Amino acid sequence: MASQRGERLTRLGATAPPTLFLLAFFLVPALIVVLASFQFPGEFGGLAPLADPGDGREHGLTLENIQFFFSDFLFTEIFLRSFVVAAESTLICLVMAYPVAWLIAKSPKQHRDFLVLLVILPFASNFLIRVYAWMIILGPQAALARTLNGVLGAFGFEPVSLLFSPFAVLVGMVYVHLPFMILPLYTNLEKHDPLLLDAAQDLGANAWQRFWRVTWPLSLPGVFAGSALVFIPVLGMFAIPDILGGTRDMLIGNLIKDQFLGVRDWPFGATLSIVLTLCVLALAGLAAWAGKARRTHA
Amino acid sequence: MRRLPVWLKLAAAASFAFLYVPLVVVVAYSFNDSRLNAEWVGFTLDWYRVLFGDKEMQLAARNSLAIALVASLCATFFGTLAGLAIHRYHPRWLVLLVITPVAMPEILLGVSLLVFFIQVLHLTLGLVSVVLAHITFSIGFVAIVVRTRLAGMDESLFEAARDLGASPWQTFRLVTFPLILPAVVAGFLMAFTLSLDDFVITFFTAGVGVSTLPLQIYSMIKIAVTPEVNAISTLLMLLTLLLVVAASRMDKGFMKGGG
Repeated sequence: MASQRGERLTRLGATAPPTLFLLAFFLVPALIVVLASFQFPGEFGGLAPLADPGDGREHGLTLENIQFFFSDFLFTEIFLRSFVVAAESTLICLVMAYPVAWLIAKSPKQHRDFLVLLVILPFASNFLIRVYAWMIILGPQAALARTLNGVLGAFGFEPVSLLFSPFAVLVGMVYVHLPFMILPLYTNLEKHDPLLLDAAQDLGANAWQRFWRVTWPLSLPGVFAGSALVFIPVLGMFAIPDILGGTRDMLIGNLIKDQFLGVRDWPFGATLSIVLTLCVLALAGLAAWAGKARRTHA
Repeated sequence: MRRLPVWLKLAAAASFAFLYVPLVVVVAYSFNDSRLNAEWVGFTLDWYRVLFGDKEMQLAARNSLAIALVASLCATFFGTLAGLAIHRYHPRWLVLLVITPVAMPEILLGVSLLVFFIQVLHLTLGLVSVVLAHITFSIGFVAIVVRTRLAGMDESLFEAARDLGASPWQTFRLVTFPLILPAVVAGFLMAFTLSLDDFVITFFTAGVGVSTLPLQIYSMIKIAVTPEVNAISTLLMLLTLLLVVAASRMDKGFMKGGG
């Protein structure tokens, strides 16, 4: 009896503190944002009161924010653009990550930990520093832009700006998120049984067939995991377009940031956050479903 | 063992170069005797001199370290408990509660905490709000590292302790805790690094009163870029390098759990 009570106390002691903290500082704030998306903006930023203040000011709940979102195609366009940038970043990351993940998985065991550390190290340096590095490399006075514009000029073309362009945003997105694609891919590829490839070879499969018919299908869970880890953060990213992009390269994140810190329309910002959250949940569900579907087939 | 084709090795080498060249450029230009990050002029330590004379940067560095220390200690406490609870009792809702803040785009956590702090707690944004925000997003990382360590351990050790008459608390203090300590320390170092590096969530929860190193770097990048940014970047990189190497030495599972 005493031990059963002790067991229950242990369980409560371990579970309660993190649960209470995360309920208070994650779940409740998330629900507040849902509520805020149905409120009016306050007079000086913030939110208008829910109860009638009795002086004719706006109060209570409204569907105005979501109506506003659909009233102007500009907002949908920014969401679509963000999805395109996220898809492009994911695809480029996949193409760049696969050879690295493969190389690490096929390396002798004693080298693998070191190679993984090599992938993690740049990711451990500050996010802003990594974005800033591309400001230098793509800058108008740097060697890259000068060489490119020299060549363009020789053929009579107008000089181009590498920095503050959609190109710079894409490079930044890929650079910051590449390790998120490499690591799950490597974890997956490492588990493949090399005998499968030997068997395929004995059955007459060439190198391309061995990859396309054996390695690639088996690696799909890793591909889906990595894609989710790149696509989702890129979708909500505001700092990279903010630093490397031009004024027209605004993505969802920038739009949300502006509502909270610029124009101070919190309810509309909350609405945008909810729409983004729904997109993310749908994507995460899709990735989980795709991963599961593969596993049952295999 | 099957040999890898040369083009695959070249492609992997290109990806590694892509990862490292930008960082090398930042470090190299921190020693460059020119205001422009454009071409190599000559070696100097002037930018480090400028950096060490920069009062705002010193204040930001102090804030960053204080926030990181308090936030990572608290996150280690909550995260270790969460890792233990998840391993032992498998509560699905706790897994969701711990993982979701990590898996969401950071901006969502940032704005929800901003609204919560101001609208519900009526808190003046500053050190306290930043620390609370950092604890929230770090718990998941610590929990994952601790849980990975527990998953790799032999359950019979705990059963043996119980069979020998140890109370749950004694089992924890004398068996479980010493065994997971490397993972706890690794989780702490990871939370510390994440807090020190965080920009997005800090950006929304710091308000105007308090600056941290990433906020300071951001405003310098946005307003006037000088190689002083390269100098602080180089020092920060050195610090995180030490922290990551220390964390991976502490716990073998760190890289897989943390990655």
